[in-house]
Order: sequence, then C-alpha cells, then structure tokens
Amino acid sequence: MREASPSAGTTGGDVLTLTAAGLYCPAGGFHIDPVRPVERALVTHGHADHARPGNGAVMASRETLDIMAIRYGEDFAGARQEAVPGEAVRIGDVSVSFHPAGHVLGSMQVKIETARGARVVVSGDYKRQPDPTCAPFEPLDCEVFVTEATFGLPVFRHPPVAEEIGKLLKSLSLFQGRTHLVGAYSLGKAQRVIAELRAAGYERTIYLHGALERLCSYYRAQGIALGSLEPVGQRAKELAGEIVLCPPGQLADRWARRFGDPVTAVASGWVRVRARARQRGAELPLVISDHADWDGLRETVAETGAGEIWVTHGAEEALVHWCRQQGLAARPLNLIGYGDEGDAAEPAGRVEAAETTAGIGSTT
Amino acid sequence: MQRFAALLDRLSFEPRRSAKLALMTDYFRSESDPARGLALAALTGGLSFRHAKPAMLRALVAERVDPHLFELSYDFVGDLSETIALIWPAAGGGEIAPPDLPEVVQRLQQAGRSEAPGMIAEWLDALDETGRWALLKLVTGGLRVGVSARLAKTAVAALGPLQADDIEQVWHGMSPPYDGLFAWALGEGEPPQTDDPVPFRPAMLAHPLEPRDMEVLDTADFAAEWKWDGIRVQAAVSAGRDGRLCRRLYSRTGDDISGAFPDLVETLDFDAALDGELLVVIDGKVQSFNALQQRLNRKTVSAKMMRELPAAIRAYDLLALGGEDLRERPFRERRAMLEQFLRQLDHPRIDLSPLVPSPDWDALAKAREAPADHHEGEDAAAIEGLMLKRWDAPYVPGRPKGQWYKWKRDPFRVDAVLMYAQRGHGKRSSYYSDYTFGVWRESGEGAELVPVGKAYFGFTDEELLEIDRFVRQNTINRFGPVREVRHEPQVGLVIEVAFEGLNRSTRHKSGVAMRFPRVARLRWDKPPAEADRIEALLALLPQDEAAAIR
Repeated sequence: MREASPSAGTTGGDVLTLTAAGLYCPAGGFHIDPVRPVERALVTHGHADHARPGNGAVMASRETLDIMAIRYGEDFAGARQEAVPGEAVRIGDVSVSFHPAGHVLGSMQVKIETARGARVVVSGDYKRQPDPTCAPFEPLDCEVFVTEATFGLPVFRHPPVAEEIGKLLKSLSLFQGRTHLVGAYSLGKAQRVIAELRAAGYERTIYLHGALERLCSYYRAQGIALGSLEPVGQRAKELAGEIVLCPPGQLADRWARRFGDPVTAVASGWVRVRARARQRGAELPLVISDHADWDGLRETVAETGAGEIWVTHGAEEALVHWCRQQGLAARPLNLIGYGDEGDAAEPAGRVEAAETTAGIGSTT
Repeated sequence: MQRFAALLDRLSFEPRRSAKLALMTDYFRSESDPARGLALAALTGGLSFRHAKPAMLRALVAERVDPHLFELSYDFVGDLSETIALIWPAAGGGEIAPPDLPEVVQRLQQAGRSEAPGMIAEWLDALDETGRWALLKLVTGGLRVGVSARLAKTAVAALGPLQADDIEQVWHGMSPPYDGLFAWALGEGEPPQTDDPVPFRPAMLAHPLEPRDMEVLDTADFAAEWKWDGIRVQAAVSAGRDGRLCRRLYSRTGDDISGAFPDLVETLDFDAALDGELLVVIDGKVQSFNALQQRLNRKTVSAKMMRELPAAIRAYDLLALGGEDLRERPFRERRAMLEQFLRQLDHPRIDLSPLVPSPDWDALAKAREAPADHHEGEDAAAIEGLMLKRWDAPYVPGRPKGQWYKWKRDPFRVDAVLMYAQRGHGKRSSYYSDYTFGVWRESGEGAELVPVGKAYFGFTDEELLEIDRFVRQNTINRFGPVREVRHEPQVGLVIEVAFEGLNRSTRHKSGVAMRFPRVARLRWDKPPAEADRIEALLALLPQDEAAAIR
C-alpha cells in the first residue's frame, strides 16, 4: 500500500480504512478480501488473490465458501458463515449484505450500511457482460463505490463473447488436424468458455487439463450445464482437431508438447493488446474477460449514483482521472496483492503438482 | 480493406513460416485484382504515403480522446497505430461502408497534405478495430507482421507451378498493383511483359561439399575459385528504350541495394550483368566483413562513409553481355568471356576473382586450409573457403544438384559457458532454445564470465531436450521468458560454439560480436572453469581492434 489511509471526514473514510491486510471496516471489525490472515474476513469471490486461507472467520457466498474448501481444504478458516445474497446481516455497528457481481460463480459485492444510513459498496471484481455460469451484476445505489479497475484504460473494450467463440470455432474448421489448446483460468474463465462453446452449438467432448477438473465438476454440481467433458489424461496426438482447456501457464510448458503442433489460444481481456497476446504465447487471442471493460466501469460508476469513488487495483490513474472530470471525488488506493484477472494468482502448489503429474511420460 | 486486415491480423500472431505462407497464398487466390496486388506491395514494402505521419495521427486522435487518457493508454500498449486503433471512439450515426484497399491506396496517394487527415479519420470511423489497426499500419509503413518480401513472393509463386525465383526475375520491371502477375502465377496467363532493361537474374547457388562427394567427383570437371567473405551481388547495367543507361545493384535475393552504393553504381558504364562479391577495398586490400556491414541496410549513404569505406566488386560470372543472355552457355565459356570483358573494361573498382589450381583434392584441401599460401597479399583473410563450379554447367537459378559446391573453411570454435536461456517461438515455445553464452575474463575480483554471443540452432532434437532439462533444473533467476542458469567454475554447461568470424562491437559488453554462431557440441564432460577465455577470441581480431578492447 503506497498511499496513506484515505483521510477521515469523508463518508468513505468514516466507514472503511486501510490496514496492511487491506480494506478494513472498524465499525464492523472485519476486512474485505484481506491479503494476509485476519480475525474476520468478508470474501467477495474465490479467486486466489481475493480468497486466501488462514483467516479466523470467513463470511462469503455459499459457492465461494465451497470453492475455498475445494482449493485450500476444509480447514481454510477457523469459522465460516454463509452470506445469503440480498440478505442484510448486522456485524458490529454496521449492516452488511452481499449482492451478485457477475464475475465468477458465487462472486459478490459487499454493501455496508452504517447506523446513520451511509451506504458503501465494495465491488470486488465484476463484469457487465452476460455470463451463463453466474448471476449477473446487480447495480446498487450508494454514496461511496469502491471499484476495481483491472481494465481501466480506454483501449479496453471487450467484444461480444460470441464473436470470440466464433473465432475459435472458425480456426477449428480451418486447422482440423491441430489440437486447439485454450488457456483459461481454472475458476470462472474455463467454465464460461465451455458454456459459451455449448451456446454456440459445439457439442463435441471438451478435454481438460487436470488442474481444471475439480472446479468444472463443482460448477456442474451447481447445475451449470457444461456438456461432455473428459480429462486429457494420457491422451496426446489423438486429440488432433479437439478443444483442450488448460491453465494459461501450461500453454507454453512441457505438458503442451504432447499435442505436437497445437493452435494455442488464450482467453483473457489482456490479449486485446497484441504485444500482451504474443507474450502469453497466443496465436489465437480470444478477448474474453471476467472484468468490466472501460465502458463497463464508467457505466457502473454512473449507475451507483455515488459521489465518491475509490479505485482498488488495476489502472487506477485513468479511472480516477475520468471520475474527477465527471466531478466525482475519486482516489486511487493502489492496493497491492490483487492479480491481473487471476491469471498470475493460480494457487502455485496445485499447478506445480498438476504439471509434475502430467509431465510423466510427456517428454517422449 | 477488411480482408486485408484479417490477413495481417492472422499473420501477426502466426509464428510458423509454413502457416504464414498458406495464409498469404489463400488470400492471393481468393482476392481479386488490384486489391491483392496492393496487398503484395504493402507486404513487400512497396507502398509509401507522404502525408501519413505519426504526428498527424496523434493530432487526429487528440481531437477525439482526452490527451491524458491517450498517453496512459499509449504507455500501456506501446505501439502508436495499435493504441489509436483500440482507443478510436465508435462513430455515431448511420453505418458508413468501410473502404476497400484500392480506394485507400489510390485516394491517399493522390491526396494533398491538407486532405489526408480528414480522409484517414473518415476511414477510421468506418472500420472496426482490426481494420483500423491494419489501415494505420498500412499508411505509416512497416507492417511488422513477420513477413519478408521474399516470403510474400514465395506465397505468390505457391499459387501455381512457379518458383519464387520466377517472380524475382520479373519483379523489378513491375510496379504495384502488378498487373498480370497473379494470373500468370495461377497458370492462367502469360508472364507479365516488362520493359525493364536490367531485370534481376535469380542467383545460382551451391550445395555444401560432403565428404562422399569427394569420392565420386573428379576435380578436372570443376573450376575452383575463392569464396570471398562479402555479400553476393549482381550488377546489371543496360540502356533502356529511351537510350538512357539503367544501373542496378541487386542482393542475392533480388533486393535493389543500389541506393546504398552510389559510389560504385554510378561508375558502372557497360552493357552487361555481372555476378560477384561486394567487398570494401582500401588501397587494394579487402577489408573485414565488419567494414562492409556498416554500409549494408542503408537507404542513403554519407560522403564520408563512401570515402572511408569504398565498395568494390570481385567478379565471379558473366550472365549477360551486350543484350545477350549468356546463362545457357557453359561456365567455361562464360568465364572466358568474363575475363575478356574485365580486361577491356579496366575498371578500378571491379576485378576478377582468380581461379585456384585444382589438379586433385589434396591440392584443393591445402588451398582451403591455408589460402594465404595460394593467394598473394593480405586478402587471404577475407577468404571463407572454396567454390567448385562444373565447367560445363549453365547458370541455373536456385540450387541445382551436382553443379556448384561450396567448401567453406572450418568454422572457428570456442568453448563457452551457458549463462542465460530463453524460450523459443512457435513449435519451440515450450523449450528453452535460445542460449546466451560467455567466456572468462579477468576482472578486479578474479575471473568472471562475460557474454559473447547467442545461439539458437545447431543442436539436435535430443540435445534440445537435454539442454532444456538442464536449464529447468539449474535456474537461479527468472526475467520474464529468460532464465539465468548456474554458471560457476565447477557447475554449469559448456557449449562448443562454432562461428564464422568475429567483429568488434561497441554494443556488446565483451567488445566482440560473433558471426553465425551455433551450437556445435555439448561438453557435458568439461567443467566451466576450463572453458575458453576472452583472449582466445581477441586473438582472432586484427591487432589494432583487439588492442582497443583490451
């Protein structure tokens, strides 16, 4: 955290402050998405940069609690409390409610209302595009809106997902003899890509890297239709012409060699910028993002009616600049520890483990 | 425009040469004239627009986007055309039809300075993001989609039975949009008629001499000559229809490099086409390749450079004389005509590459080992081996079998230590396949490794796997796609690096740059402490250059 706590005396500063662990609500005695273990945490969603193990008590949506248990084990926190969407709960001197953020399954915004009726909304990560795998973002009226700004530059305008899925299907018909390897983050992106492929009429089995299997099973158990999925397992060249999903880090690693000469696609908002796409090894960039784009951020800020905007992480400077031009009080929080679209924040231990297992026999 | 944009978009993400070729060939097959000809011109660097400059584009976008937001975005994206393409606000109001490629090229080339900005803005409004990116790349030049002019011509040839060299032969007599070229390439038309008096004649190339060749070939059937360490060129001079003399200097691949060598080109007064080696010659002495390199890849050249690094041609062959094409004639005849031609010409900057007596393989082997004993003067340092040309061979474009052989001098070799490894591209993207290696140098604190070069080929697939494994198991630092590996006196990987020569370099910390370095062997048996020292390399430089580095 580079900047000191937002000054007191404003509505926002009365409700939230910054500690070494992140955003803190003194009146409620809780942190939101703390980056280090705290006594009481409210967690917006299951991505590893927002949901970390080792807190005393965690309050989150049922799905987020499930996902944390899947990723970190049942003992991920001392105690857990399920937040029912839309239901206000008293914590300390404030009232707290969770509302869908449209980011991934179970993702929520946190709304805090003080005794004096001031409302602060912490968005967590969110998007405004439709997503068949999670509840849509719910616009909330508030005085202070704490927003992310991962894609907070006017060069980021996400195209409709169907267009990007169309590119993948077209490539599949052009290069029928090549496996199409799609790098997609294991929580949210992978399931969304699968669901959108199904929506586009793609009915063949989709093959999964080991690191994606458990969360895909969980999504299905929650009633989200993903069609026929199978682990890659020991298959290799026989997957020519098929779609295989893996975590982005696996695209250019030894595991991918088994497919011979695959077409490598990357599903991420970053690949809209060519240099970033090439850096990520994308021959087929699919601009599919679970974050709000520039238009989505501005639209949301305006919809909340908030007069005070805090920007947590991402391209803070540009969004703050824009807010001030609109006459809104805006400040960057420069929070450290929140990743780019989760890609960098894949739980390291598990990916390494998956790589090691998959690596056996793959060097031939 | 949109189809061209889609092509550029795909090319920019495609690392594979074969796939790039397929993409271009498909485009040329399905696109019509003149759009495909203009696309070819764009891909080969043959289009330029005077009034489309970065400053003008920045001014255009400044009228539409908050300047601070633009600067933040430009910082992030890093490429002006791409930033503008991404940030350009969608045009409100009715649908405007996007322009096609011929319209863009024609209107912009005819536009005056004041009209160009409005024209470009209108097109940017009508195009989608990929279209805008392609338009801006097109009008500012420099597509940077990883396609060389040669590759684009190869893609045209692949439309039908032609070879890239067939395209080269007519190339310089044509101009965009290359009327008739595609019909010919598709086998649907006659070769384009050009009245170019000085066409490029695709070069004849040699195969490396293999040991088994020596068992079956008779040296009496071959002329032997030195292979000079310059660049292979073709000097074509002839009068055009209007009677004016046309002079052109071509590289081996058919690029017109006349602009970089006006000192030489302007002195060419004859009617002939010569095949030879371009060299820098001072006081009759051939200079190092390093000297020549300073004159390459320039569009213009300063008077000082021409004075200090004068260019000359050492002639190998005569391809045309007085309007007659000699290429069908056997080398024996062409050589005799070349000798006579040069005697009569008596040109101060053109001389004859001498033949090397070749009674038997032993004599040739000795000449190759020690050119200084067989050739007068210090020029022997500029000899990189021998060429063997069949006396009765016609001059055939490309690399025909059994006609010409090159027998290069053994490469230099150095034992160096692997210091950094970087991931490759395309098929090699999961392997650490680009290696930076160093040799020992004394410093105040004892011996240290100093990087002297990079190599990314020369190894077998099996060796690649072994090095890749070594890199992963011995990484001490990561910098993005680059890994630093252990390189200590007793722990590390010694690579025997082969290379063709050494130049002095002010850009490298070590002061030297290798030519054509590649991995010759992996020395798993050798501890890094026993790798070579920088002195072993400096010994290869002329004394004054080596002294400057020490």
